[in-house]
Amino acid sequence: MAGSRYIADPESAVTKVALDGLAVLFHEPSGMTHIVASPAPEILDALQQGPADAAELLRRLHARFDFEGDEAIHARLGELEAAGLVRRA
Amino acid sequence: MRHRLALQIGPVAFRIGSAWRSPLDALARLYAGYPAPADGLCDFTVRLEPERPWRRFLRPSVAIRGDYVLPDAAPLALAHGLLAAEMGMNLQMALGQRTWLLLHAATVEKDGRAIVMTGESGAGKSTLAALLGERGWRLMGDEFALLDLASGALLPFPRAISLKNGAIGVMEAEAAADRFGPRLAGTPKGDIRHLRPNAEAIARMGEGARPALILFPRFGSAAAVRGVGQAEAFMRLTQASTNYVALGRRGFDALANLVRGVPALAIDYPDTETAVGLIADFRRELAA
Repeated sequence: MAGSRYIADPESAVTKVALDGLAVLFHEPSGMTHIVASPAPEILDALQQGPADAAELLRRLHARFDFEGDEAIHARLGELEAAGLVRRA
Repeated sequence: MRHRLALQIGPVAFRIGSAWRSPLDALARLYAGYPAPADGLCDFTVRLEPERPWRRFLRPSVAIRGDYVLPDAAPLALAHGLLAAEMGMNLQMALGQRTWLLLHAATVEKDGRAIVMTGESGAGKSTLAALLGERGWRLMGDEFALLDLASGALLPFPRAISLKNGAIGVMEAEAAADRFGPRLAGTPKGDIRHLRPNAEAIARMGEGARPALILFPRFGSAAAVRGVGQAEAFMRLTQASTNYVALGRRGFDALANLVRGVPALAIDYPDTETAVGLIADFRRELAA
């Protein structure tokens, strides 16, 4: 839904280990392990600056990464929300 | 319980109680030479009880009970009481173990380097580990690998090896007859015969080893080897662990360290001799 703002848990709640191009995350609040591919780790990083809607998130991602995939940002956020790694602010 | 037996297997002490004498006699014969728990204290209790009180005598039927139980575990015929005791010990470890990360895997060791072999039931890891155990490797376990959370070392858990169907004949040709339990025909898993690990495996059951290679063997296809990425190895090992979720962050850290520090390979093999040859090659490469 356009305009929704998203928030992620603080860095201290998620342990991240890079394993050959993928990231393995341990999400402390749920005790769940996730294996994610780019751009999921970058999205979670960008949300550390505070809640953001899709447009603001894309601005942050472009500022920090050579980011491609604007059109899929809602799909990626939906996946991260379903996994419990981001939620609506 | 009427009959009792205590067994030390690697770092774990079991107490097995039974309403019948025969399963414990079979268990004592199978585990001849294993030490009793040093301090008399046991980590887990397994109880073999009649499914109903009258079933101790009438078509005796063994229910597996203990500190941890599966509510819908099917009872076994008394003739399969030894299998019930073995399954009971597995169950206590799988459901109750919190000290180590438990991987459903076979482990063998040579020159201080351990190879962890994990795969679906039927992938042949038990047979492979049993055979390697008779060919100059030390068998650390055919069912569970115990990964120490702090040090990353693997600890032995040399239970009797559960040989199924075709694997029974393979190992009867390798090991002395007095190391085998009775052949249990027509169990829910087919024919089963247990094999006591050799004297070295028992004598060194307190001695851990560093993991050097993770193998995902698969029986039944032409010989093939492929590298397995760290993320895939991580995912497969979480699925092979019975207590990964229960351990939380400690399990995550231990598994992440394992897959970052140790290479992983998937092998297909048409017969056990081919796999033994492949593993000998891997060992030479690891030592080089």
